[in-house]
Amino acid sequence: MSILEIVIIALIKVAVVVGTMLVTVAYLVYFERKVSAWAQNRIGPNRVGWHGALQPFADLFKLVLKEDIVPDNADRKIHALAPVIALLVALSTYAVIPFGPDLQIGDYNISLIVADVNIGVLFILALTSLGVYALTLAGWSSGSKYSLLGGIRSSAQMISYEVSMGFSVAGVLLLSESLRPVAIVESQSGWMWNAIVQPIGFITFLVSAFAETNRLPFDLPEAEPELVGGFHTEYSSMKFAGFFLAEYANMIMASAFIATLYLGGWQIPYIEKLGLSPILETLLCFGGFLLKMAALLFFFLWVRWSLPRFRYDQLMNLGWKVMFPLSLINIIWVAVLIMIFGM
Amino acid sequence: MEMETPTKRRRIKDLNFWEKIYVPEIIKGLALTFRTMFKPKFTMEYPEVKFEPTGSYRGRPVLVQEENGVERCVACGLCSRVCPALAIEVQAAETELEKERYPVKFEINMLRCIFCGFCEEVCPEEAIVMSKDYEMAFTNREDAIYGKDKLLIPVGKLQDRIGFLRQYK
Repeated sequence: MSILEIVIIALIKVAVVVGTMLVTVAYLVYFERKVSAWAQNRIGPNRVGWHGALQPFADLFKLVLKEDIVPDNADRKIHALAPVIALLVALSTYAVIPFGPDLQIGDYNISLIVADVNIGVLFILALTSLGVYALTLAGWSSGSKYSLLGGIRSSAQMISYEVSMGFSVAGVLLLSESLRPVAIVESQSGWMWNAIVQPIGFITFLVSAFAETNRLPFDLPEAEPELVGGFHTEYSSMKFAGFFLAEYANMIMASAFIATLYLGGWQIPYIEKLGLSPILETLLCFGGFLLKMAALLFFFLWVRWSLPRFRYDQLMNLGWKVMFPLSLINIIWVAVLIMIFGM
Repeated sequence: MEMETPTKRRRIKDLNFWEKIYVPEIIKGLALTFRTMFKPKFTMEYPEVKFEPTGSYRGRPVLVQEENGVERCVACGLCSRVCPALAIEVQAAETELEKERYPVKFEINMLRCIFCGFCEEVCPEEAIVMSKDYEMAFTNREDAIYGKDKLLIPVGKLQDRIGFLRQYK
């Protein structure tokens, strides 16, 4: 392949990933409202379009038309920068997530991943930790006490849960012996999914992922009853939409990451035994990955409408006294597995 | 697990091991919401499906119109007198009919009305009753003052409320 072809293919991949991302975010908001309605014996949005299918676009249109308010005390530049960071971080992490095995179209061998880098996992962890800056800066630059409290909470929460998240990932890395997402997926062939091999690590990572994405039961940075809107109290119009989209993009990101690390990525167990044509197999794997992501996303929504919010001290207790030791136990467990069974 | 009595408050030390590790309890909660998702919905899709109140419902107050087209009201002014929100205005005049008096003007300001039903309660002629009508949108204050044209409702349409009043008032 010539350089030009490589560049064009890469650009197409970027466009497809970002495009589907944004559409998925829009529909995730719609499904959030639907799931919340169902969990509360309601019907949910059903006025705009078929069963309310155009609702997210109506919401977005409304947000675009709203007045953009910046408080007098705000640091204008940072106030505008914070949602940009949030969106940038949320959207750029998808670059290293493998969506499926290599696709063979004519002479071209296209890998279903935007950038197959050796340090993919590190890249994701680094960028998601950068996401905390968006929230903290938003809280600090708003010049409002509620925003500041929300920002402080978010930084404390994300730092605490990043520790257990990192240690949970370490268990996966021990088994796969690589930071490359594709290698991690390939190391989970058959039923050797990391969720089955190291269930404790799976649970700690899942809980940390909830805390990292600021979803209930860990949505303390925006706890409505006590902090108005938390870090985004002073945001309106498209700046608010930026945070809103970033939250849902982060959720999709977290689902994709969990599916890659713990649920075998795009692998469907024993699909090669069926003797399908390579293209069909690739598409099935791709569909499998999307299905795993969808299931995890539903889980995110489902948990939000089932569990109450943690109190702040309970959150810290859980993070440092429960999740952190459990993730260490998981590392020992994986080390023992490697030593005894030589996996 | 035995059911706890409402008076006894359980503390952390009273919880058993499985309750303390929290995960089974979370799964129970998740199962509950999941079951709820498939249960019938309570939402009434308003403009298409309308709530049909029973006789005990206090909608907007209306004047009862007899079958011969004359209102029952004798313009005694008790409703206007009792109205806590001062929403009713009555002007009496004489008539050749048996009842001798009738309201030449009867206005209820729906912006003031608080739907307390005192007018209906105090009325000696059962002439003003609370209807089932709850759709009273208007776009300016003048439209909110309902005159006799909007207030007079044939007695046949108010049977539910009149029956309710005769039974319970």
